[in-house]
Amino acid sequence: MTSSRFITALCAAAAAVAAIFAPPAVAEDTVKIAYIDPLSGGGANIGEVGLKTFQYLADSTNAHGGVLGRKLEIVPYDNKLNAQETLVQVQKAIDSGVRFITQGNGSAFAAAIEDFVNKYNERNPGKEVLYFNYAAVDPVLTNDKCSYWHFRWDANSDIKMIALTNYMKTRPSIKKVYLINQDYSFGQSVRAQARKMLGAKRPDIEIVGDEVHPLLKVTDFSPYVAKIKASGADSVITGNWGQDFALLLKAAADAGLQVDWYTYYAGGAGGPTAVKQANLPDRVFEIAEGVPNDPYEPAREFEKAFRAKVGISNFYPRAVNQMRMFVRAAEEAKSLEPVKVAAKLHGMNVTVLNGGDGFMRADDHQFFQPMYIAKLGPLGKDQPFEEENTGWGWKTQGRIDTKDTIVSTSCKMNQPS
Amino acid sequence: MRDVASEINISTRGIPYPAGAAAAARLAAPWIALAIVFAILPLIFTSGSALTMLSMMGIMIVFALSYNMLLGETGLLSFGHAVYYGLGGFLAVHAMNTVVHDALPVPLPLIPVVGGFGGLLFGIVFGSVSTRRAGTAFAMISLGLGELVASSSLILRSFFGGEEGVSTNRTKLLHLFGFNFGPQIQVYYLIAAWCILCMIAMYALRRTPFGRMCNAVRENPERAQFVGYNPRMVRFLAFSFAGLFAGIAGGLSAINFELVNSAAVGATQSGLVLVAAFIGGTGSFIGPVIGAVLVTWLEAMLSDITEVWQLYFGLLFIGMVMFAPDGVAGLVTKHAPLWQARAYGSMLRLAQAYLIALAPALVLLGGLVLGVELTYRISGKAAEGTMISFFHATLDAASAWPWALAAALIAGGFGVFRLTWPLVGAAWHDAFVHLPATGRAK
Amino acid sequence: MLELVTISALNGVLYGMLLFLMASGLTLIFSMMGVLNFAHASFYMLGAFFGFQISQMLGFWPAFVVAPVLVGGIGALVERYGLRQVHRYGPVAELLFTFGLAFVIVEIVQMVWGKGPADYRVPASLDFSAFTVFATNYPAYKVFELLTAVAIFAVLLVVLTRTRIGLIVQASLTHADMVAMLGHNVPRVFMLMFGVGTGLAAVAGVIAGPALVTQSNMAAALGPILFVVVVVGGLGSLAGAFVASLLIGLVQTFVVSVNLSVADVLSRVGVAAPAGGILLDVWNVTVAQIAPIIPYLLLVAILIFRPTGLMGTHAR
Repeated sequence: MTSSRFITALCAAAAAVAAIFAPPAVAEDTVKIAYIDPLSGGGANIGEVGLKTFQYLADSTNAHGGVLGRKLEIVPYDNKLNAQETLVQVQKAIDSGVRFITQGNGSAFAAAIEDFVNKYNERNPGKEVLYFNYAAVDPVLTNDKCSYWHFRWDANSDIKMIALTNYMKTRPSIKKVYLINQDYSFGQSVRAQARKMLGAKRPDIEIVGDEVHPLLKVTDFSPYVAKIKASGADSVITGNWGQDFALLLKAAADAGLQVDWYTYYAGGAGGPTAVKQANLPDRVFEIAEGVPNDPYEPAREFEKAFRAKVGISNFYPRAVNQMRMFVRAAEEAKSLEPVKVAAKLHGMNVTVLNGGDGFMRADDHQFFQPMYIAKLGPLGKDQPFEEENTGWGWKTQGRIDTKDTIVSTSCKMNQPS
Repeated sequence: MRDVASEINISTRGIPYPAGAAAAARLAAPWIALAIVFAILPLIFTSGSALTMLSMMGIMIVFALSYNMLLGETGLLSFGHAVYYGLGGFLAVHAMNTVVHDALPVPLPLIPVVGGFGGLLFGIVFGSVSTRRAGTAFAMISLGLGELVASSSLILRSFFGGEEGVSTNRTKLLHLFGFNFGPQIQVYYLIAAWCILCMIAMYALRRTPFGRMCNAVRENPERAQFVGYNPRMVRFLAFSFAGLFAGIAGGLSAINFELVNSAAVGATQSGLVLVAAFIGGTGSFIGPVIGAVLVTWLEAMLSDITEVWQLYFGLLFIGMVMFAPDGVAGLVTKHAPLWQARAYGSMLRLAQAYLIALAPALVLLGGLVLGVELTYRISGKAAEGTMISFFHATLDAASAWPWALAAALIAGGFGVFRLTWPLVGAAWHDAFVHLPATGRAK
Repeated sequence: MLELVTISALNGVLYGMLLFLMASGLTLIFSMMGVLNFAHASFYMLGAFFGFQISQMLGFWPAFVVAPVLVGGIGALVERYGLRQVHRYGPVAELLFTFGLAFVIVEIVQMVWGKGPADYRVPASLDFSAFTVFATNYPAYKVFELLTAVAIFAVLLVVLTRTRIGLIVQASLTHADMVAMLGHNVPRVFMLMFGVGTGLAAVAGVIAGPALVTQSNMAAALGPILFVVVVVGGLGSLAGAFVASLLIGLVQTFVVSVNLSVADVLSRVGVAAPAGGILLDVWNVTVAQIAPIIPYLLLVAILIFRPTGLMGTHAR
C-alpha cells in the first residue's frame, strides 16, 4: 500500500514545494502603482499598450522630480483574462506594498476589483487601497456598484453615447440607423442607450435594425452584413472591438456595403489596420476623449514625444489625465496616503490633455471631459500623425463640450468619515 | 457451505481492515499528521498572497481528487469536469446571497454542502447522458457538454451573472463562535477542514467494494459484466460522486473569492484540473494532491518570471505524457519496493546516479529555456529591444553569441546526459536485482 | 428575404466544406490509428500562419502549395517521434499527448507571430467580385475556397478507392496486422496518413486565413466544432463527416439570421412572460443568440438518440 509513511513524507514534500512564495520585502522608496491587465494570451497586445503608456508617464513624471520627491514605479501584474486570477494578483500587489491599483481592460474584471477593494478597505481600516479605472466603461461601476475608492477616467459608455448622439443631432443626412453590438453588458448598454437617446434627440431617425451577436465567437459576419444591407441603413452604430470589429468591417468591405460607421473602438489596437484593409476611407468615426491630430498644440507635443519614445500612438489620453491628477492630488494633500489622495481627487477640476476643462464628479467618481468625434482617412494637411503604419490618420469632425456630456447617476456612495 | 460462500465473496466485502487499537492508530496517523501540517502551514507562510495561494491549493486538491475518481479510478477521461465545479460554485454563491438577503440562520461553513449538492445534481443529470459510452466517446461527450454549459452562461444571465459573474459577501452570514470569515486566515482554516474531510471521504470511497468495482470497470468492463456488475451503472455512480466533490470544491472557491463567473465552467478550468491530476499521477491517491499543489504554485509563480509561462506549462505536460505518464507520484512509487525492503544502500547509490545525471539535465534545461526566451524576444517583442535578462545576466538577443550559447548548452547538456543513462540504468538494475520478492504493494 | 437565404446558403455550404476539409483528416487519422487528434485544429492554424508567412515572401500561390506540405511534414514527424512513443501507454495517453500538443502549438504560434491578427490578405488575382446576387457582391475568393474544397474531396475519393496506396490505406484501417504480414510497412503508412490528415487541415487554414482572421485563437474557435462534426457524422465515417459538416455549416449560418425568440413563439400561443430569473432569460433568448451552442445541442441529441452518429459504422 502507498503507505502512511509515503503520505506523510509526501505531505512534507508538498509543504516544502509550497515554499518560496514569500514576496521579497523590498524597502524601496518608490511609489508603486500596480497595473493589472492581461499580459499573456489573448488580450496581451491590448494590455501591453496600456502598460507602455503608463510606464512612459511614470518615466516622464520621474524626470520632473517624481511625486513628493519619490519615484513612481509601475508594477505589472498579469490577470490572464480571468476574474479570480485578477483578485489573486490584487492580493499579491497589496502584499508587496502597493496602495494604488490601475486597470482597464474588461469591465467584468473591473467589477471584481472594485468589489474586492471595497471589502478590503472595510476589513482593513488604515491600509486602504485606491482603484484607478482607466478603460472599463460599464456604467454600472459608477452607478449601482459605485465606490468611494474607485475613480474612473474613461467616459463611460453612456457618456460616449450622449456625446455621439449630440453629434448625430447635427447631421441631417443620417436617416436610418442600424445597431449591431456584442451580446454582453457593454454591448447591451450601447444599444439600449442608443435607442433611448436617439429617440429623444432625433425622433425622425429610424432605427432599422438592432442586432446582438455572441462576443468574440462569430467568424463570418456576412449574414449580418447582408441584413444591414437589406435594411437600407445609411449609418451603423457599433461598440464592437477586437476581432469582432475587424471581421465586421472585412465582411462589409467584401459585400461592398457603403455606410458610415460610428464606433467606440475603431482606434484600438488593430482597428486602423482593419479599417484600411477594408478600404473604407472617411467612413469610420470614433468617439473618444482625444485623437492624435486634435488641433491643440500641447497635446500634439505630447503625442510627438510619446511616439518618439514608445513607438506607438497614444490611445489613452485619459491615462495622461489620470496620472497628472494623481500627482497633483498627492502634492495638494502633501501625502501619499490613499485616504488623503482620494479626498483631493474627489471633485477635482483640471485642464485635460486635449484642451478644455474636466472634473472628477464627487457623486460617483466619474470623470467628465470634452469628447471628440473623429474620422479615419488619408492624411490631409494639418494632420501630422498617422496610425499603425497605414498612412491614414484621425481627423476631428466635432467637439462636444464637457457640459453637454453629463449623465445622471444612481450612485449612493459610502463616504468614509 | 456458508464458509465457502463467504470465502468466495471476498471481493464484495472490500479489503478487510485489521482489528485492534494499534491498527486503528496506524490508520488514522497519516490523516492526523496531515491535519497538523495544514494547521501549521500558515504559521510558516504568513503573507496575504501566501494564504491566498494555500487556500487555492486546498480547493484544487479537492477538485483534482474528484477528477481522479473519474480518470484514475474508473478510467473515464473527461474534458468537461469544470462544469460541476462551476455549477456547484454558482449554486453556492446564489445560496450565500439568498441567506444574506433573507437573513437565514445558516453559517458559512455549511455553504460547501450546497455546492456539493449542486455538483451532485448536475452530475446525475449530465451523467445519465455522458456515461452511456466510455473511452473516446465519453471524452467527446464531456467536451461537448462542457462547451454547451460554458456557452449558455452568456445567455442565462440571471443565473450566471453575465461576464461579471455573481459576487457575494461572506462576512454577512450567521457568525458562529465569533468567526466572521473576513480575514483570509479564517477562510484558509475553513478550506483546510473541508479539504481533509473530502480527502478522507474520497479515500474511504476508494476502498469500498464500489471503489474496487470502479477499478474493475476501468481494467476490463466486459469481465466486470461477467461478475455481475453493470459497468454503466458503476460509471454513472462514479460520475455522480465525482460531481459531488467537484461541487464542494466549487463552493469553497465561491467562499474564497466571493465571486464566481463563467470561467469556472470553462474549458480552461477543465484543462487545468486534467493537467493537475495527470502531472501528479493518476495511479495513486496522493498523485492528484501533489499535482494540485504543484500546478497551483507553478501557475502563480511562473507568470512572474517569464511571459511565455504557458508554453513551459504545455511542454512540461507533454514531457510528462511522453516520459512519465504515471506522474510525479508514479515516479516516486517506482521506488517503493526499495523503501519497503529498507534497501538503503541501494537507494543511496541510486540517488548518487540520479544526481550525476541531474547536472547535465539541468544544463540541457537551461539551454532550452534560453533558446525559448531568445526566440520570444526576437520574434514576439522585437519592438521592445532585444535585451533579455537571464538569471541575472543581460544578454542581447540580436547578437549571435547568446544563440550559440543556447545551442552549446543544449547540445552539450544532451550529449553528457545521454552518457549518464547507462549509469542510471546500471544503478537501477543493481538496486532491484538484489531485492527479495516482496508481497503485492497496496 | 430571398437574398438572405441565398447568401446564407452559399456561405453555409462554404463553411461546411471548410469544416469538412478538416474533419476528413481527423476522421482518417481516427479510423486508422484510433487516436482522436486533439491538435488537429492547431495544425489548421499552423497552415494559416505558414501560408501567411510564405505568402509574404513568395506570394499566395506558392504558399498554397508549400504550406500544407510543410505542415504535413511536421505532422508526420509528430507521429513518428511523439505519438508512436506514447502509443505503448494506451489510448488515454495518446489523447492527452495530442491535447498537450494543441496547447503547445498555440503557444509557439503566439510566441513567434504575436497575439494579434496577422495581415494575411486575399491575393490580388482573386480579389474581385465573382457575381452579384440580389445586389450583394459575392467575392471570387469564396468561390475559390469552395472549388478547392470540392476538388480535394474528389481527389481524396479517387486516391482512396482507385490507387494502390489508397487500397493499402483502406486495408490498414481495418486489418492492420494482416497488411503488415503481407509485407507492407504499416507504421510508415500510419505516418503518411497522419501527415496527409494534418496537411488537409493545413490546406483549410491556408485558404481560410485571408477570409477569416488569422490569429492565434483560430484553433480554439474551430476546435470544438470539429469534434462535434466528427461525432455527429459518426466516428470513422468519411461520408458521415461530409454530411455532418454541411449540416452544421448550414445550420450555423442560417440560424444567425433568424431573430425569432421563444417569446415570439409562445406569446402567439398565449403564454404569459415569466417574472424573472432563468425563465425570463430563456423567454427572451433569440435563435440567433443561441447560434454558437446549436452544434453542442446537436452533439448531445445525437449521443442520446443515435450514439453511433449519423453514419457511424462501429461503436468505438
